Amino acid sequence: MVGLRKSFGQVKAVRGVSISIAAGETVALLGPNGAGKTTTIDMLLGLLPPDAGRISVFGLVPGAAVRAGLVGGMLQVGSLLRDLTVRELVGMVAALYPRSLDVDSVLATAGITEIADRRTQNLSGGQAQRVRFAIALVGNPQLLVLDEPTAALDVEGRRDFWGSMRGVAASGKTVLFATHYLEEADAYADRVILMARGRVVADGTPNEIKSRVGARTIRATVPGATVDELSSLPGVSAAELHGDVAVLRCPGSDAALRALLSRFQEARDIEVRGGSLEEAFIELTADEEEGEPPLEEAPVPRAEPSFDETLSSMR
Amino acid sequence: MSAVTYARYDLLRVVRNRRFFIFSIGFPLVLYLVIAGSNKTRTLEGIPFPVYYLTGMVAWGSMNGVVSGGGIISLERSLGWTRQLRVTPLPAWAYLLSKVVRGYLMAAVTIVILYAAALSLNVRLTLAGWLLMTGLILVGLLPFAALGIMLGHLLSPDSLGPALGGLSALFALLGGAWGPLGQTGVFHDIARALPSYWLVQAGAAGLTHTAWSATGWIVIAVWAAGLTRLAMFAYRRDTGRA
Repeated sequence: MVGLRKSFGQVKAVRGVSISIAAGETVALLGPNGAGKTTTIDMLLGLLPPDAGRISVFGLVPGAAVRAGLVGGMLQVGSLLRDLTVRELVGMVAALYPRSLDVDSVLATAGITEIADRRTQNLSGGQAQRVRFAIALVGNPQLLVLDEPTAALDVEGRRDFWGSMRGVAASGKTVLFATHYLEEADAYADRVILMARGRVVADGTPNEIKSRVGARTIRATVPGATVDELSSLPGVSAAELHGDVAVLRCPGSDAALRALLSRFQEARDIEVRGGSLEEAFIELTADEEEGEPPLEEAPVPRAEPSFDETLSSMR
Repeated sequence: MSAVTYARYDLLRVVRNRRFFIFSIGFPLVLYLVIAGSNKTRTLEGIPFPVYYLTGMVAWGSMNGVVSGGGIISLERSLGWTRQLRVTPLPAWAYLLSKVVRGYLMAAVTIVILYAAALSLNVRLTLAGWLLMTGLILVGLLPFAALGIMLGHLLSPDSLGPALGGLSALFALLGGAWGPLGQTGVFHDIARALPSYWLVQAGAAGLTHTAWSATGWIVIAVWAAGLTRLAMFAYRRDTGRA
């Protein structure tokens, strides 16, 4: 992807994104809501034409790659057709691909063998999500694209889902998944691409990304300390003092905490807080965008215009 | 790759969903049995009433069936299923074609059931008559197949039902499917410009063994071409494809 741009009316959803992914990589597209992840993915899948820029998937334009059966997608929103069993629905999609996998083995991979004969309208949210995963997988695509696959799942559902994903990534497929959970990106990706406000703001291994956005904050009452003393502690990148209350920004919070306690025996009311992704994004993007409103929800493109909208835009 | 397998499963869904059969086939069938059954021996405009009424109910019922084939697109859009399909190798034309096939299948079931009802009321046509009538009906349904696809892309599932029911009722009424509109006058002139009128006339061809006049073929062709164009327009608007 080179120089991708896409706007919806006034909203610039994607503003110059260039990403290159090698075959076999598992890449997380990490970012808060409105970062442009879904818009980027929709362009990669050929669902949206970019306003500017180029996309090449295995040397083909997205639409051609999709038609050749090289791409499997699990979109962010979507429900299943009713009046079919899970096995029938997955088999129905398998029939569309030139090199599809055996349906029963895909059901096993997705962990839905036991509901294979159930009608699709009688599934729980988590089960439906796994069926959607099986649908993305059954065509045996070389590139698997998952847009927030765990957004609708509870903690256990998330764990199970990624359990089945591991095997898929290990099989040598290229996987690109979007998420707004740093932990998911950390645990399951070889590489993390951080997006905010329609741009790529960081790109590296999970550890590199974590050190940039994973900083913790230590808050403590430290009588008698000075800002200079505090900011020179190991693991501390910045310090503030409000009366006796110190706020330390710490890329290495463990080392900072040990040093703080040994240096200032009287330190008390100690709190260690993980910095939120949103905070980190604001920090990472703050200097380049003075004067623009912070992280607004960029509306996700709506697949289904309502009847009224359709009518009024036709007039 | 097999779009045929896909279409087969799609049809399986139709069979499992009984609501359609009750509403789309039930109404014309009950009307036919009750009204034609109570007027078995009468004639209307020189045609035995059960034959006359058969042509009207077949026109209306098959129109309902074929329009609903494209109408289902509205539901599949709202589920996000059409977007999911766009990330598979299924070509867009094959998807649209499968909906036309689906509509024709529903129309065919309607036609067969109404023919059986007619036979039970002692309607007898020659084999050539049945075949000519059926062939003309299948051609005359083309504009309605396109209409279904157009509405499927424009309307939400909520508004689709009333819109399809209302439109096909209007076409049926103005085309003379629910009763004769007279041989002259404004309504007759309007009717002759509607594809539903020629659907009804297809029934008459079963008795007379004469196909449509040139006007009939032209009306069907113009409506089919116009609605296909509008359907393609609606499809492009909907999917953002050029």
